[in-house]
Amino acid sequence: MGSLADFWATYSTLVFTVGIHALLALSLWLTLSCGLLSLANAAFMGIGAYTAALLTLHLHWPFPAVLAAGAVAPAVVALVIGAPTLRLSGVYLAMATLAFGEMTRILILNLDITGGPEGLNGIPLATAWWHIALILAGAGYALARLRRSRLGRAFEAIREDEVAARLMGIHVEGHKLAAFTLGAILAGLAGALNAHFTFFISPREYGFENAVDILTMTILGGTSSLIGPVLGASILALLPELMRFLHAYRLAVNGLILIVVVLFLPTGLWDSRRLRQMLSDRRSRRGGKP
Amino acid sequence: MLEQQLINALTLGSVYALFALGFTLVFGVLEVINLSHGAVFMLGSYTAVTVMTRFKAPLSIGILAALLVSGLIGLAIDALILRRLRARHAPHLIPMIATIGVTTVLTSAAQGLFGVEVQRFPTEVLPTGEFVFGEVHLRTLELGIVGVAFLLMGLLFLVMRHTRQGRALRAIAESPKAAALLGINVEGLFMLTSFVAAALGGVAGVLIGLNFNAVTPMMGQPILHKGIAVVILGGMGDIRGALFGGLFLGFAEVLSKAYLSSQMGDAVAFGLLFLILLVRPVGLFGRVLERKA
Repeated sequence: MGSLADFWATYSTLVFTVGIHALLALSLWLTLSCGLLSLANAAFMGIGAYTAALLTLHLHWPFPAVLAAGAVAPAVVALVIGAPTLRLSGVYLAMATLAFGEMTRILILNLDITGGPEGLNGIPLATAWWHIALILAGAGYALARLRRSRLGRAFEAIREDEVAARLMGIHVEGHKLAAFTLGAILAGLAGALNAHFTFFISPREYGFENAVDILTMTILGGTSSLIGPVLGASILALLPELMRFLHAYRLAVNGLILIVVVLFLPTGLWDSRRLRQMLSDRRSRRGGKP
Repeated sequence: MLEQQLINALTLGSVYALFALGFTLVFGVLEVINLSHGAVFMLGSYTAVTVMTRFKAPLSIGILAALLVSGLIGLAIDALILRRLRARHAPHLIPMIATIGVTTVLTSAAQGLFGVEVQRFPTEVLPTGEFVFGEVHLRTLELGIVGVAFLLMGLLFLVMRHTRQGRALRAIAESPKAAALLGINVEGLFMLTSFVAAALGGVAGVLIGLNFNAVTPMMGQPILHKGIAVVILGGMGDIRGALFGGLFLGFAEVLSKAYLSSQMGDAVAFGLLFLILLVRPVGLFGRVLERKA
């Protein structure tokens, strides 16, 4: 037990980080499952984090209510900006969401209530490991159910071919807005949880680099199943620890991963179809030989 | 001082336009959103600073070195990454994601090689002259920045309009397949475009570095976002649009910083971008294309 306690004391932060990253990766997975490449999820995380932290610091709301507010606030923003933005597709949408993310960052940087560039300090510790575990498990379960539901199938149809989906009677705009907003809720939750465990938040944590990090995790893991994003998030959270010896060049590893995955592993590390193929190949080889 | 602000705006706007020109050229010809353009811009600036401090080279040599080095970096990005993705017919978003990776690698490399501290051009080689009209000061440096930017942009316009290569490039922008059938060396021109676009970006980096006399590894990020705003404003792939969009953003930014709020000036670019995307996604000069199913 002693060694376990030691392990926890040293690595609990890492476990927290893995959990939060996994939530963020799942939030992007959700928007991608509808074919939307959004670079706004880091901003949604920031909106959730700041909403939650401000409610705790100034109004002393109970933690569950704070978490709920941290999820609702970005969802409202997503609904408002989503309606006009989601008419765009592909790279245009990516750039509109990038612009939205930058505007959010600049706004947070210049408002008084958010503490400007210094950010918010002294947020009480409220997130326990089982909060993250519970929410992550809940999100995983909900998303797994969602994939097999009418909604999830509609997302998939829209991703594969928007025109065909529309012709089949799917309300494309409504579904896109739903995917975008649900993604924002998950990202906001991650932000609210993160704020109540890092003690301190600043606008720097929610900029373009973070949107790229979320994208890297999701692409690295692969988007064909829910395991992919979680795997990618875990690797990216652990990597800085393993790559310490690289010092200044450490960040380059993230970029290299992105390039290598795009060039050589377009479906990501965890491709359920490829894995199934490998398994069945082995089985058939074993069974086929006399 | 309105006149002084207008000079600042013209200086900044011409550099934005030069930067956006390379960005829009790559989109028009290669159909790639090249998000590594900001990192190439930053490396161009570092090239000039390094050549000028290490080897005591004059400014003109610094600019030429930046042009060459950043052009070669652009060529390398195309040869190592973009070409493979083209061969695979990867969907539009894939090369964009790859260039995000390139940006991270190059920025991190610059931090490792040059450190995170601000580097400055050696002051003794910078032009220090000044024309004074009443209360308005026009620095030779600013004049030079605007001059170089417009010279390069003018050259590009002439090449695009009047040379064989320019006509071929415009044909490729219409349809790479049809261009290839007409006997145009499409791959070769893709390489040429990558080189020229990156070279323009690198020189823009030197010019911005000169204007503020500060070069940092992170300088590519804000200009990239502004470059995106400019090309959206002018219409993606539209060279004329990049020029007007760049100047427009320069004026909008400087004037709103001067007369509205100094902090929110940076938000102007993104506000404009957002607005244009919502109201007129094809840009100010773009024609509405028929949507391909």
